[in-house]
Amino acid sequence: MLGNAFILALRELRRNVMRSILTMLGIIIGVSAVITLVTLGGGATQQVTEQISSLGSNLLMISVGKRMGPGQTSGAEAFKIADAEVLDREVNGLVAVAPVAIGSTTAIYANQNWSTNVTGSTESFFFVSNQKIAQGRLFNVSEARIGASVCVIGQTVATKLFGSQSPLNNRIRLQKLSCIVIGLLESKGQSSMGSDQDDIVVVPLRTFQRRIAGNQDVNLIKVSVKDGVNTEDIKHELERIMRVRRHLAANDDNNFNVLDMKEIALMLSNTTQTMTGLLSAVGAVSLLVGGIGIMNIMLVSVTERTREIGIRLAIGALEREVLLQFLVEAMVLSSLGGIIGIVLALITAVALSGILQVPFVFQGGIVIIAFLFSATVGVVFGYFPARKAARLDPIEALRHE
Amino acid sequence: MTTTEHLGHSPPNPLLELRDVSKIYGAGDALMKALAGVNLSIYAGEFVAIMGPSGSGKSTCMNILGCLDTPSTGHYFFQGIDVGELSRNQRALLRRNYLGFVFQGFNLLNRTSALENVELPLIYRGINARSRRRLARQALLAVGLADREGHTPGELSGGQQQRVAIARAIVTGPSLLLADEPTGNLDSARSLEIMDLLTVLNRDKNITVVMVTHERDMAAYAKRIVHFKDGLIETDHQQEHEL
Repeated sequence: MLGNAFILALRELRRNVMRSILTMLGIIIGVSAVITLVTLGGGATQQVTEQISSLGSNLLMISVGKRMGPGQTSGAEAFKIADAEVLDREVNGLVAVAPVAIGSTTAIYANQNWSTNVTGSTESFFFVSNQKIAQGRLFNVSEARIGASVCVIGQTVATKLFGSQSPLNNRIRLQKLSCIVIGLLESKGQSSMGSDQDDIVVVPLRTFQRRIAGNQDVNLIKVSVKDGVNTEDIKHELERIMRVRRHLAANDDNNFNVLDMKEIALMLSNTTQTMTGLLSAVGAVSLLVGGIGIMNIMLVSVTERTREIGIRLAIGALEREVLLQFLVEAMVLSSLGGIIGIVLALITAVALSGILQVPFVFQGGIVIIAFLFSATVGVVFGYFPARKAARLDPIEALRHE
Repeated sequence: MTTTEHLGHSPPNPLLELRDVSKIYGAGDALMKALAGVNLSIYAGEFVAIMGPSGSGKSTCMNILGCLDTPSTGHYFFQGIDVGELSRNQRALLRRNYLGFVFQGFNLLNRTSALENVELPLIYRGINARSRRRLARQALLAVGLADREGHTPGELSGGQQQRVAIARAIVTGPSLLLADEPTGNLDSARSLEIMDLLTVLNRDKNITVVMVTHERDMAAYAKRIVHFKDGLIETDHQQEHEL
């Protein structure tokens, strides 16, 4: 009986192709909106998480000043190299500690110049920041110690200054410092905060302090924690030592800030998920509207086909058979709309993920949920019109013009 | 169909029997007595024409005979079953298994091929697709439209549409064919064709035919003519045929 109802429903929809498509439109838009948004949101969440973890595994950052965020150095004394050395020596469970000083400057090669950030740090920086070498080499311990005139540059800087030419073993000028490019870093792309992670020049910290900054300041200490060690404990330990080293009294607030990148990752992915949820809810509303559209059309259809229903009842269709016919019709309409919506959503998601540079992550769960939801919409909103059809009096229905 | 077994009653002689049937519509001042105590027996193999002016109760009678409606008082026995006692669904099953309908307005499904129209009652009988197709083709052949099976009602003339409707009515092999003004929408040449067809079906396939008409020429094809007036049977007589 169900098979017959399907045949009848498909025949009926084929007879009214245009109307069927218009009716399905609401469902199509709803389903595709929800799936597209959830898929893109999932991709964005994954991207954020990946980017954070690409900053370095189990990374803690100690910055000067109370508030987090870049450039918040106001009112507090900068760190010194000794701070990093003490932390490295006294805190257990660390893999590496990298003191970092950052300044913006203009890099010049031949007649090209490019305004960029110069980072001064030790060789540990590359490990802690998860920066890998693409060509050439990183600077070594002795180069770091003596403050050699060498630098490692990112892809953006290389492209701006050297074009397609290899930058290795060429000298670039950073203010008064002329240094040899010994290495080119692998591209890391845009960070989750939107900054270009490849727009970077790294020189040994001592070279930076002497030749560029002209002081002994360290703005940032990056700490990489061993796997399996509780970063929360490490954070407290770092804070304790830094408070002592910075001579803070017991009731003083910290004038530095220890940031756990995992927390940021969590916060960012939560934000992305919330946004995804909100936007999906909007899509779900359009699914509901689509359902009402189906009910509307089914009611019109019942009225229009009153005579047909009369014929069916007269030749012996049972109430439940007529009910089933219209219910299946509504369900086929909405499920078909759901399927079209799914296909459309996947195409849109692939296209948009390309444009927005978000990875396309197929989310099977939401596809199934959206499909089931659309089929349910058909049943729920198709029931009332179907019951109306089934309860018609055959004599009246046959008389209907 | 299990109704026959359940409702027992050793099969009486008449196929249909109206026993003091009346049908009342409305209430109070608007009360209208469409049938006022009708007694009528129709036997298997008969070809009965029901005649009468509008409002004489002939349509109401047809609706009751077709199990579409039930008497207000009195009893209608179809093959010994008291139809008035049946539920809506049981009556639907009765129609599905024993009755065929032909209407004045043809009542075919639009934009649906002749073959699919004829298949419709078989779908409700749960007959499989292949048998359905075969039976529907046979029925179309019987009404002389074997070459029009793919045509939709819009592509067929009135006479052809009515023949498709007849094919749909007989495809299930019903014991009773009810025709409500089958020639009402047709010109006289087409009307005669339809009447010939009904006559043939009655004679060769032994289908009992009950037909409502107000045209004497059409009624002349029947073996028996029943006249209604004011909700009662005025005359009821057999006619001799030269056939």
